[in-house]
Amino acid sequence: MKKKIVVVGNGMVGYKFCEKLIAKDTAQEFDLVVFGEEIRPAYDRVHLSSYFAGKTVEDLTMAPASWYAENGITLHLSDPIVDIDRDAKTVRSHHGLVESYDYLVLATGSAAFVPPIPGVEKDGVFVYRTIEDLDMMQHHAKKAKKGAVIGGGLLGLEAAKALLDLGLEETHVIEFAPRLMPRQVDDAGSKMLQTKLEELGLKIHLNKNTQEIRGNGAISSMLFADGVELEVDMLVISAGIKPRDEVARIAGLEVGVRGGVIVNDYLQTSDSNIYAIGECALAHHMIYGLVAPGYEMADVVVNQLVKDKDKSFKPFDMSTKLKLIGVDVASFGDAFIQEPNCQTIVYENSAKGVYKRINISNDGKYLLGGILIGDAEQYNMLLQNVKNQTILPPDPEDLMLGARGGKEESGAGVMALPDDASICSCEAISKGQICGEVLAGNNTLDAIKKCTKAGTGCGGCVPMIKDLINETMKSQGVYIRNIICEHFDYTRQELFDLVKIKGYRTYEEALDGLGHGDGCETCKPAVASILASLWNEMILVKGNDTVQDSNDRYLANIQKNGTYSVVPRIPGGEITPEKLIVIGQVAQKYGLYTKITGGQRIDLFGAHVSDLPAIWEELVNAGFESGHAYGKALRTVKSCVGSTWCRFGLHDSVSFAIEIEERYRGLRAPHKFKSAVSGCTRECAEAQSKDFGIIATEKGWNLYVCGNGGVKPQHALLLASDIDSETCLKYIDRFLMFYIKTAEPLTRTATWLNKLDGGIDYLKAVVIDDVLGLNKQFEDEMNMLVEAYRCEWKEVVTNPELRKRFTHFVNAPHLKDPNVKFEPMRDQIKAAEWVK
Amino acid sequence: MSNILAEDTLVWHLACSEVDIPENGGACALIEGEQIAIYNFKRRGEWFATQNLCPHRQQMALSRGMIGSTGEEQEPKVACPFHKKTFSLKTGACLSGDDYQIQTYPVKVENGMVYVGL
Ligand code: SRM
Ligand SMILES: Cc1cc2nc3c(=O)[nH]c(=O)nc-3n(C[C@H](O)[C@H](O)[C@H](O)COP(=O)(O)OP(=O)(O)OC[C@H]3O[C@@H](n4cnc5c(N)ncnc54)[C@H](O)[C@@H]3O)c2cc1C
Ligand code: SF4
Ligand code: FES
Repeated sequence: MKKKIVVVGNGMVGYKFCEKLIAKDTAQEFDLVVFGEEIRPAYDRVHLSSYFAGKTVEDLTMAPASWYAENGITLHLSDPIVDIDRDAKTVRSHHGLVESYDYLVLATGSAAFVPPIPGVEKDGVFVYRTIEDLDMMQHHAKKAKKGAVIGGGLLGLEAAKALLDLGLEETHVIEFAPRLMPRQVDDAGSKMLQTKLEELGLKIHLNKNTQEIRGNGAISSMLFADGVELEVDMLVISAGIKPRDEVARIAGLEVGVRGGVIVNDYLQTSDSNIYAIGECALAHHMIYGLVAPGYEMADVVVNQLVKDKDKSFKPFDMSTKLKLIGVDVASFGDAFIQEPNCQTIVYENSAKGVYKRINISNDGKYLLGGILIGDAEQYNMLLQNVKNQTILPPDPEDLMLGARGGKEESGAGVMALPDDASICSCEAISKGQICGEVLAGNNTLDAIKKCTKAGTGCGGCVPMIKDLINETMKSQGVYIRNIICEHFDYTRQELFDLVKIKGYRTYEEALDGLGHGDGCETCKPAVASILASLWNEMILVKGNDTVQDSNDRYLANIQKNGTYSVVPRIPGGEITPEKLIVIGQVAQKYGLYTKITGGQRIDLFGAHVSDLPAIWEELVNAGFESGHAYGKALRTVKSCVGSTWCRFGLHDSVSFAIEIEERYRGLRAPHKFKSAVSGCTRECAEAQSKDFGIIATEKGWNLYVCGNGGVKPQHALLLASDIDSETCLKYIDRFLMFYIKTAEPLTRTATWLNKLDGGIDYLKAVVIDDVLGLNKQFEDEMNMLVEAYRCEWKEVVTNPELRKRFTHFVNAPHLKDPNVKFEPMRDQIKAAEWVK
Repeated sequence: MSNILAEDTLVWHLACSEVDIPENGGACALIEGEQIAIYNFKRRGEWFATQNLCPHRQQMALSRGMIGSTGEEQEPKVACPFHKKTFSLKTGACLSGDDYQIQTYPVKVENGMVYVGL
């Protein structure tokens, strides 16, 4: 006879239970019936916040309703269970369905804990748990300005970040305890975290006890026990969770004093036919408020039902990594254990906002736990060390600080783990399983996700999985080639060498000789960039114009309404009054918006494509050149005023910046690159945030390389110190040529260095010690490119054939695009907003 | 769905001369008040025409996009310069996963002149 299992609750853990049971092929043995209270099938609550970042309900759904049907599971949604009759072994739903069971699984999760503060019922007060909560918040946020979150723990901070993302002008975090994340982080770490969050724009209030929520119908302020009042028009309460044990209570099952259905090591409640799993279960006297232990509980119950193996639920690791963007926070293992019960090593760098602490056993052999703030890159490795009781190296602080300056090969560490090391704790997948699958041919992240489900939970292990894939492939002698696209079976570096050897000068020649098909928007600009880096010919001739990225094709950046921007080069940021006046006159004449850029020059926006040649003609006549703001090429070399005026200046940084800018102007590379020269260590030109930056010293210059701002800021690293100007230029020549030849398309120097085996030490060996023996060649090639430089705009304005291409209508060259719209703003214009 | 009309209901409009459209690229012509993007796919010896308006953010830009082909079938396509959404030059279907559809038009070249059928 088939037995019937009824699951109460269709959240993350309830769903995982179904999935694990189905995987055991039990359709002949069990009927499975699920009751869910929410209106939709289970979704990924862990990544709830990404809903505000554009993820849809479908993206978050664990499995669609059709999945349940296909697997023979009866799913009742919007119909919570209200009663259990343990004698008759039946449950009754809100809609009145009565269902019998042989085994009952409670997976009712938890609800947000709302403290009994007068006024919590007011409009504008929310909890953060379901998609409906998020919909309501999003709606309310449209008219709200100031928001607050009660609770400075894991979920509270996530909610606060959500308020920032919703565009509130002010977001306050109210915490009752004297520090943030009191359960995961120690005092020092919490202080560092607070500073970082304040930089993100959050206002943090500690030791604050909310006494009343005020307002007439809707919230207008909060009153604290210390008498302070804070005006807010939106509040999210995230003060902890409360297990949903109400049905269990009614049925007379044993529950904990502070809630939660009491279960034994086999997750049986006080009635042995009824199990409780996930956040509603009180196991080992605690509620596990994370998804991974919940999944493990589901596994334990499935194993008992199919009598597979005798597995019990063991105390589970509660290590966590916060998903907040902008600040890394992690705590793992025994984070709070103190001396004399262990040895503690602390690293603190307040300039960088980094705090790290590791706790080591007194014999120095094992890692017990720790805390990471500001930089949690080592989290996975450290956690694995704790879990696998790996014997520590003689200098355990290396583990916490990680490979500095790219000294160590990234990813080598994972291969040292034992095969049974758990990599994905959400899905309990070991290193051995992943490597096995890679060897069996599942050698992409997607394939691993599909066949093992590793990486599909919290996603924290994804970087490790990638490393495992790469390292396993490498150990098989397989070199992973990043080919350009479907039309060229070569990496950029291979293509670069081949184009050079064959002497190709056009995209068509390269495609005929080395590729197949008709090309596309990926390989065209990549090859165009290679051609430009090799020969430095005018990019718009020989049919190469139509393979350029749009901005390169029109030698200007396209803007929101189809018009273009004009950026003349202003080397080093130095400009004469006469030239300033010309810029003003041109802008006036062609109705352009003007702005000083972040790169020490002036951008003129809103030019019609057909006006570009005339505008540039006037600029070229006044002595300006293209600024290559549109190209993957040298942008600006910023400078500080330096020794000619500044009382601290050691050398003339402006002259050197101009010399450098004029040497490398127009040089095309895999990505754009920037530079700066500062006259002393005060570093007013921000040289250490550039692809190459130069800082004056008493004895000469210090040369830094591979820094950038942008998406993932990274400081430049010192390549050589106290060198003279000539050596400096020589090193830059070599460095740039090496980068141009070996980087993948659209890779900035910082990312390139991060991937370079041997890191900065290897780069020094190449550029300074000439280990490759290529420096002479690098310098010759660079000199050739420098010689070949001509201003692209000057060529266009003096060439009628090229000028002709700058029209909107080929059959009506004097007409402008009637769809272009501007709006007035602060005495200038702006592009009309586009449809979103 | 094919939006190429039967020959007899088509009106051919002179758009420009052959050399006005760059090889393996496009340009925009104003025809009956409409902005039409015309592509000279020299590599394949084919001509195509589509609306110039990119449906994504309503920008008059497709004629300035890069053209190419994709897949086993070598489907000819154009990539919008703004956010690189790609569209089939044959069917007007969006190839980068969105639900857009653009209008395509027949093109013929006679005696060095380009005609578009509306
Ligand atoms: C105009 C300017 C903003 C301003 O008003 O100040 C600007 C504007 C644009 N930036 Fe920028 N960036 C400007 C300085 C910067 C800076 C600051 C700096 O150079 O000191 C940075 C960070 C520093 C860095 O690059 O390391 C910066 C990081 C970016 C990035 C991110 C790069 C990265 O590696 O993560 C992009 C995107 C890209 O290049 O792919 C970008 C791309 C763009 C583009 C080209 C986007 C586009 O394709 O339309 C913008 C159009 C410019 C135009 O139409 O002329 N812009 N951009 C600045 C022009 C400087 C100049 O004179 O050339
Ligand atoms: C914003 C947010 C961020 C989070 N981030 C993380 C994180 O980074 N890492 C992590 O590990 N965990 C995180 N969590 C916690 C994680 O989501 C939970 O641990 C997990 O969802 C617990 O699963 P569950 O199935 O036990 O409970 P739930 O997912 O809450 O599911 C329980 C379901 O049962 C339903 N239900 C309740 N009573 C009944 C009834 N009587 N009848 C029928 N149905 C009923 C509920 O409506 C609910 O749908 C986060 C949670 C939130 C809210
Ligand atoms: S930061 Fe973004 S929005 Fe601002 S100019 Fe740069 S690319 Fe444009
Ligand atoms: S406007 Fe064309 S892709 Fe966005």
